[in-house]
Amino acid sequence: MTTDILKIADKTFKSRLFTGTGKFSSTNKMREAILASESELVTVALKRVDLEKESDDMLVHLNGSQINLLPNTSGVRTAKEAIFAAELAREALQTNWVKLEIHPDPKYLLPDPIETLKAAEELVKLGFVVMPYIHADPVLCKRLEDVGVPCVMPLGAPIGSNKGIKTLDFLEIIIEQSKVPVIVDAGIGAPSHAAFAMELGADAVLVNTAIAVSQNPVDMGIAFKMAVEAGRMAYNAKLAPIKNRAEASSPLTSFLNDIN
Amino acid sequence: MSFKDTFEKYDWSVLEKEIYEVTPQEVEKVLLKDKIELEDFKKLISPAAKPYIEQMAQRSNAITRKRFGNTIQMYIPMYLSNECQNICTYCGFSMNNGIRRKTLSDAEILKEVTHIKKLGYDHILLVTGEANKTVGVPYIKHAIDLIRSQFSNISIEVQPLHQQEYETLISSGLYAVLVYQETYHKATYKTHHPKGKKSNFDYRLDTPDRLGKAGIHKIGLGALFGLEDWRVDSFYTALHLKYLQKTYWKTKYSISFPRLRPHQGGLDPKVEMTDTDLVQLICAYRLLDEDVELSLSTRESETFRNHCIHLGITSISAESKTNPGGYSVESESLEQFEISDERTTDQIKQMIQSQGYEVVWKDWSKSYVSVD
Repeated sequence: MTTDILKIADKTFKSRLFTGTGKFSSTNKMREAILASESELVTVALKRVDLEKESDDMLVHLNGSQINLLPNTSGVRTAKEAIFAAELAREALQTNWVKLEIHPDPKYLLPDPIETLKAAEELVKLGFVVMPYIHADPVLCKRLEDVGVPCVMPLGAPIGSNKGIKTLDFLEIIIEQSKVPVIVDAGIGAPSHAAFAMELGADAVLVNTAIAVSQNPVDMGIAFKMAVEAGRMAYNAKLAPIKNRAEASSPLTSFLNDIN
Repeated sequence: MSFKDTFEKYDWSVLEKEIYEVTPQEVEKVLLKDKIELEDFKKLISPAAKPYIEQMAQRSNAITRKRFGNTIQMYIPMYLSNECQNICTYCGFSMNNGIRRKTLSDAEILKEVTHIKKLGYDHILLVTGEANKTVGVPYIKHAIDLIRSQFSNISIEVQPLHQQEYETLISSGLYAVLVYQETYHKATYKTHHPKGKKSNFDYRLDTPDRLGKAGIHKIGLGALFGLEDWRVDSFYTALHLKYLQKTYWKTKYSISFPRLRPHQGGLDPKVEMTDTDLVQLICAYRLLDEDVELSLSTRESETFRNHCIHLGITSISAESKTNPGGYSVESESLEQFEISDERTTDQIKQMIQSQGYEVVWKDWSKSYVSVD
């Protein structure tokens, strides 16, 4: 297999599986699962981290190894709050990377497209590497690209639902049109969903709940790693076309070859 | 428009009849559905659903783990004052209860906070009675300002306020307000709240509307079980929840399950709610709403709380004192009610972890509410 490296802004990733830190039964279990998954980018909710405590449990467990921390703005409802949270994270965690999540709706945590675009534009100007969590909205993806985000993160299904790729038609358009990496975020509930997203041509997937809530997060982390690799390999190898009709083994027009 | 308009479309006795006439077949039909609606909730809290509690519990456990993961959030109440101008037949702080009143000074609040911080808490719930001259909005605002730097998340459980007053407190860093209707039975409500501002049923009923309009992050709802039939009260609570979720869609909601507990000058519950009933209700709420936070206080027993970790509960308190200054200032002042689970915070933490759950102390950033 040829080297297939994902590049976002100034960073390169061997693994196309991004993970999260929420919902695990313990920080130990979280670390073990993330290490087993070989994920190199892990999102951390700013609201869960104790920035005033030097030895925050979660951060202590994630330090070292190949893991890059990606603070997210989960919990904010407006662009203004998101910008403030991003600045706070940059200072506290010493990273200008931020996963932009603005969901004024606390029930389904659906992203606000208007506030997200506003915040992304401002944050890019402030020097942030902005990874926006959004609906699978092709036009919004292009608008975000225009303001300078290095990737887009459309949802596959409502967050935490484990329903898989429910936004298929729109993801296909996004992947077809995008000039920046497309990372399918939210909704991926099984390794098969992740493999499917990768086969479609997604550049990476972000998985949290499906790993954290499984009976064995370590094994599930490994399963996702393998699924993402398989899906990517299949995409690169170009899938055989899907046919609705059988192809005749004795073609009707082959005689033309003899005539010409 | 407010919840009152919705509320008035329903009749207590009709609802009661509907809930008590549910058949096992109707319950079974509901349990086959993927999406549980308000009408279905009525079936799930009915006496006919009792044989199906295990089935409901399994489903509640699975949904809760899916939405909240293997986590339980921790919070602690801090009583600021037991002064109160209301007469409530079931409450230890009732004005006609001849006890010594106590309101914490700044120094006392900070002493309590020092104690609470040592226990590890980052989410705090401030509680007062209703005494506008001594513990009105300026006192509450001052208390929030005083402790804001020490907690990520500050909630209050105080008298209903005006929208503007809530807006003032939110701009000071307030995150959530818990306001229980006590009972949705208007006539019963009047008999239990004969005197004081609290006797105004309608004003209390519309409090969550004022909170929603003020833009609060979270509203806690609930009924006090024991005053009236818990099934009908819970249906109204669920109705209230659904109305609020549609109207104030940016706000988060939590439900609590207070059962009448012994206190000085106590009242025996009119309607008993057994542990089995409470489990049924917790599961019914979870089936109705995957995302609503379900909270359990130290009113409940050790055994009960241990098992509730798996039933759908998402946040609990521990080592609570229900009297002002109870943690470090004045342990003997009058408590609002007796707690049942007296284990230390550390013991509760170990219990949660031993059941395969993570204890979450911080789940909010105070910076999100103080950016203005």
